[in-house]
Amino acid sequence: MSEPLLTVEGLRTHFFTKAGVVKAVDDVSFTVGRGEVVGLVGESGCGKSMTGYSLMGLIDAPGRIVDGSIVLSGVDLRALSAEEMRNLRGNRIAMIFQDPMMTLNPVLRIDAQMMEAIEAHEKVTRGEARARARAALVRVGIASPDERLEAYPHQFSGGMRQRVAIAIAMLMSPDLIIADEPTTALDVTIQGQILYEMQKLTRDTGTALIWITHDLSVIAGLADRVCVMYAGRIVEQGTAQEVLGEPAHPYTRGLLDSVPSNHEHGYRLRQIPGMTPSLLELPPGCPFRERCAYATAVCDESPAMRPVGGPEQTVRCYHPLVPEHA
Amino acid sequence: MSANPATDAGQPAPVDPPLVELQGVSKRFVKSLDLAARIANNFGAHAREEVVRAVDHVDLTVAAGEVVGLVGESGCGKSTLGRLIVGLLSLSSGQRFWRGIALERLDAGAARRQQLKMQMIFQDPYASLNPRMRVVDIVGEAPVAHRLVRPKAQVEYVGLMLNRVGLDPTLMRRYPHQFSGGQRARIGIARALAVKPEFLVCDESVAALDVSIQAQVLNLFMELKNALNLTYLFISHDLGVVKYLSDRVVVMYLGRVVESAPAAELFAAPNHPYTQALLAEVGRVEPKKRTFVPIKGEIPSPLDPPPGCHFHPRCPFVMPKCRESAPPLVEIAPGRRSACFLNAP
Repeated sequence: MSEPLLTVEGLRTHFFTKAGVVKAVDDVSFTVGRGEVVGLVGESGCGKSMTGYSLMGLIDAPGRIVDGSIVLSGVDLRALSAEEMRNLRGNRIAMIFQDPMMTLNPVLRIDAQMMEAIEAHEKVTRGEARARARAALVRVGIASPDERLEAYPHQFSGGMRQRVAIAIAMLMSPDLIIADEPTTALDVTIQGQILYEMQKLTRDTGTALIWITHDLSVIAGLADRVCVMYAGRIVEQGTAQEVLGEPAHPYTRGLLDSVPSNHEHGYRLRQIPGMTPSLLELPPGCPFRERCAYATAVCDESPAMRPVGGPEQTVRCYHPLVPEHA
Repeated sequence: MSANPATDAGQPAPVDPPLVELQGVSKRFVKSLDLAARIANNFGAHAREEVVRAVDHVDLTVAAGEVVGLVGESGCGKSTLGRLIVGLLSLSSGQRFWRGIALERLDAGAARRQQLKMQMIFQDPYASLNPRMRVVDIVGEAPVAHRLVRPKAQVEYVGLMLNRVGLDPTLMRRYPHQFSGGQRARIGIARALAVKPEFLVCDESVAALDVSIQAQVLNLFMELKNALNLTYLFISHDLGVVKYLSDRVVVMYLGRVVESAPAAELFAAPNHPYTQALLAEVGRVEPKKRTFVPIKGEIPSPLDPPPGCHFHPRCPFVMPKCRESAPPLVEIAPGRRSACFLNAP
């Protein structure tokens, strides 16, 4: 594989709260190749969104990236100044959030918000900026773009607003887009439309995508590679085929088994017992051991990532469900 | 075939009236003119009342022991319909029946007793529990108020209820914020069960939960159904959940029922173009890249629904007739009904 676009090594983002240290992201490593779609899957509170925010440099106090490196096309993002990071953000790396109502400014027209994003990064005339904003709206499938440019966010439906957010993220043709649950708040038919647009856009422009979601079915149809997160760590990684086809980690298996549509009607769902542990002062060892049917005494020590199953598959487990490499 | 012990084991079903039946039920939300608009109208302005037809002439039957899934996108009126059924909203027109008895004609006392038979479990396990009440009161208030339980027996009774939904009874002195989302969902279920209902309307009751917790709660729903002989109307936008749970599925679009069929048949061969489009989006976890093929457009505003068939602006098979009149919901096969002109040109 050629030089990856993004390399994350040993990322740790901790929150120093009054109650103690919350290790929201704890030793996360992964790579994203050019034009690749990487799915970051996990349940609420597993640190998947915080991983995305860490990459964008959007961690606020009391949180802080305490360790690790984030290298985007040879540039270490953690070494950049705030000013340099601002230039990069929205330009080479962009983010789409879950709730488009929160990301769009309700008192500014769409054209103002889009042109502002262009003018922040490039010296262009207003006419040029407007033309590019219009083209971006057309690209995400918004009808009558001229009228829509002059509208305010509240005049759009949820799906339309998410399209605008995507158009803004795509404005500067970034190398990488981080999408944080962008279709979770949308209806299924609208979700289908957004996924269709994203698939088309990434294919056409070669933009790499990190898709953060709890929805395995979206990931299954969209991602090239999948990282499964649990309690701040990546517990399994590999191609979508490997991870979703033959999961090695008991947690991944449990997640897949919990999806109702994988089941025959009326049969009991195979559930994971218990619930996700609090990240506050998490004891050492495998965080999943309390809920795991395979746990043994050795799980009291933290397992390291190791290769199993398919050629790209790695898992953080002492008792993987697929054979290890020799 | 049917995973439905109540009707399988019971006496021949056709004799019994359905447990719950709606006939031609509509709900209109009217924003009436204020004084200024009325005065302005006297001077020739044309301000008009805004009417949202949230539910438009819906017929629905739920047999005892059945799990009926009600699906549709946001704004299609499925939650309003759920509230109409349990009586949280009054009907604008139409009739409600419980085992063949018209509910709207009951006197106050009978209506009150009747009301206990139908309970609702809400979507948001955060917003639907009073944050200033302890669990023992949240679950125990209604049975005591309705004299199902003597006040002295409340604590014991709540303990039983919590056990039933898989919560530790020693936690009953706690407040809702001390519980996780999944536990709160269980409290909501315990509250509904506390008045010994026969029929539960579950309005997106697992939508706010993580998949692993959702699986636990879905299992609980099915256990309770079998143990207590419950009947469910399960409202959801998640077709995977509906497919897993339901015996029969009713699909709504913009206030109207467009298709109703046994779950297995509906998912195997959807009839209405809208159902077909919805099913194309059912999440399956198959590690295979797929091309997402969207249906065009969005659900129109119920303030100003399109004439004729509400789905025609988005329908790939639209005919001139669809723009003029609404297709009736007609039987296309035994137990299957669909509202589309493609079936009877």
